[in-house]
Amino acid sequence: MRHIISILIENEAGALSRVAGLFSARGYNIESLTVAPTEDLTLSRMTLVTRGSEDIIEQITKQLNKLIDIVKLIDFAEAAHVERELMLVKVKTNDETRGEINRLSDIFRGKIIDVTSNSYVIEMTGASDKLDAFVAALDADNIIETVRSGPTAMSRGENGLHL
Amino acid sequence: MELSGGQIVVQCLKDEGVEYLFGYPGGAVLHLYDAIFHQTAVKHILVRHEQGATHAADAYARATGKPGVVLVTSGPGATNAVTGIATAYMDSIPMVVISGQVPCAVIGSDAFQEVDMVGITRPCVKHNFLVKDVNDIAETMKKAFYVATTGRPGPVVVDIPKDITDPNIKVPYKYPKKIKMRSYCPATKGHPGQIKKAVDLILNAQRPMIYSGGGVVLGNASAELTELTRMLNFPITNTLMGLGAYPATDKQFVGMLGMHGTYEANLGMHESDVILAIGVRFDDRVTGKLAEFCPHATIIHIDIDPASISKTVKVDVPIVGDVKIVLNQMLDVLKEHKKKPSKKALEAWWSRIDQWREANCLEFDRDSELIKPQAVIEQLYEVTKGNAYITSDVGQHQMFAAQFYHFDKPRRWINSGGLGTMGFGLPAAIGVKLAFPDADVACITGEASIQMCIQELSTALQYKTPVKIINLNNRYMGMVRQWQEFSYESRYSHSYMDTIPDFVTLAEAYGHVGIRVEKPEDVRPALEKAFAMKDRTVFIDFITDRTENVYPMIESGKGHQEMTLRVAPGTPIDRELA
Repeated sequence: MRHIISILIENEAGALSRVAGLFSARGYNIESLTVAPTEDLTLSRMTLVTRGSEDIIEQITKQLNKLIDIVKLIDFAEAAHVERELMLVKVKTNDETRGEINRLSDIFRGKIIDVTSNSYVIEMTGASDKLDAFVAALDADNIIETVRSGPTAMSRGENGLHL
Repeated sequence: MELSGGQIVVQCLKDEGVEYLFGYPGGAVLHLYDAIFHQTAVKHILVRHEQGATHAADAYARATGKPGVVLVTSGPGATNAVTGIATAYMDSIPMVVISGQVPCAVIGSDAFQEVDMVGITRPCVKHNFLVKDVNDIAETMKKAFYVATTGRPGPVVVDIPKDITDPNIKVPYKYPKKIKMRSYCPATKGHPGQIKKAVDLILNAQRPMIYSGGGVVLGNASAELTELTRMLNFPITNTLMGLGAYPATDKQFVGMLGMHGTYEANLGMHESDVILAIGVRFDDRVTGKLAEFCPHATIIHIDIDPASISKTVKVDVPIVGDVKIVLNQMLDVLKEHKKKPSKKALEAWWSRIDQWREANCLEFDRDSELIKPQAVIEQLYEVTKGNAYITSDVGQHQMFAAQFYHFDKPRRWINSGGLGTMGFGLPAAIGVKLAFPDADVACITGEASIQMCIQELSTALQYKTPVKIINLNNRYMGMVRQWQEFSYESRYSHSYMDTIPDFVTLAEAYGHVGIRVEKPEDVRPALEKAFAMKDRTVFIDFITDRTENVYPMIESGKGHQEMTLRVAPGTPIDRELA
């Protein structure tokens, strides 16, 4: 099962590699990983997506908690949450395709943020499966490149991951 | 007080009460060594190889309970220490390793003797630090000792670039009395509800077994474990790392369990209905085939590390906490409980265990004309009256030591259990002897293991640490040969050495006494002679039966109930096994 794990970690050199190293050393899957400082500059927030049986996920969260730099973490599979991922897609355009790509982008609530005579860059946010669906809807031959942030997530309601 | 970075490191060690620093100098730690030169409080032990420093410090920690401290230089000094760091990590030994690093300005430029020590050691330390500001040294050192010694202990590396120890840059020094880390709060008390559940299970058990390990030794909870075990009259087995936590000569002790454990311990585990696992980690050498591990048992597991719970074996009642505190909580609940364990059930269970004991699974050929390794350990036990500190290397001799030296006290059995590091024994013996100069210290080893850190014989002379080296010389890497015999149709691929040094003259060359023993009747006199020489390191080279194997054995991939015993086919035990 897919799990999104969100982590508060000391914003120190090498903290990211402790997490990444743990996953490779213990043979855990890591689908995506995103990290940036929080409003408290001594802390970073990391969101990672992994897959595994319940036993494996339990081990993953325990092993993560054991890392000295990790302050707190939450596995969103256990809680109602909202999930967003950012994607940028660069597509080839010409007079014939421009309208169609425009409409498609609108349907998926994308924004065109760069235009040249023969390309668009489309910005889109949403849950990962929506982004997948948009990429599938585009003509693969027209895609020049895509870049995705990996999902970030937050629990619903007033509770949050903080100190 | 204004001090340089180098002086601060040394002052931190003093303030931390460090007695011995095991190390080896080099370019990146010269400022530090100069600071060491100007003081006497912290005694520096100059080893002959950095691996020796880590093993000696590790063993000092195992024997005393205090953290071992190591100082090595950057690059090869640091990488040589890695085996010892990993050894300590696998056995959860508190250790602080200070490594020099190239100056901050050249980090990352492939400078002379530069390695990414923080990166290299990350998977085999509890935590590590790179200090990039002289003002951070004191707090980092405090954190290092705090992290290494609390919770589930482990090694911590502090990597210090050379410019940070510059004697010309002085800053105010203050060693923090206490430290708090928001990201690190080890568990202490066990959950009362879980303890109650555990006690209910224990009191209703028909065929209980206590399975205790290294955590009890590390957590100084031997007395509590012993009280609990005796109060309940349950059988108890120890892991390799747990030997000595419960007196091995006590009638309730059924021996070590696992791959080379006793028949009664392993079958007891297999048939048990309630297992009380204390400070253990269900290591593969203990469990054998996981799918067949303790099929009838409800398992209670006490451990300080939540990640140890249900890692390989799913447990029913986990209790996370400090073992000493949890056992005391458990004792309190038990003492107030009206119910007592069923006498009738225990009587039946003990008689079943006594039947297994009759298999006499550790018996060996006592009439052999060759020296049996088991006989050497047995006599070592008798000559030292069971009071010696025993360090060991890794292989058959390690298992014979675990089976035949009956440890009645914790912290007396010093071996590399998790990593299985050959070369551990000799430097370990030196570390223990420094801690306990008046005690007998013996290193049980083999002719292959001892050669991995033989250079430390020189250290033993310099620091006058008269240890006894019990070399069970079978001219084979015995355990490798045994596996090749069992699983590779006796194709002894590179499990022997065509050239073996003359250990007697080698010992003499290092300034020690060497004795060779070739006949069974000479074993005891040699041991007595060696231990009578209180102030000399003695290397006794026992030429043993080279075909001897360690029994019982659970072969790889088999369960506890499928042990191989040293019995002739057709005996009652053999039939029972079939």
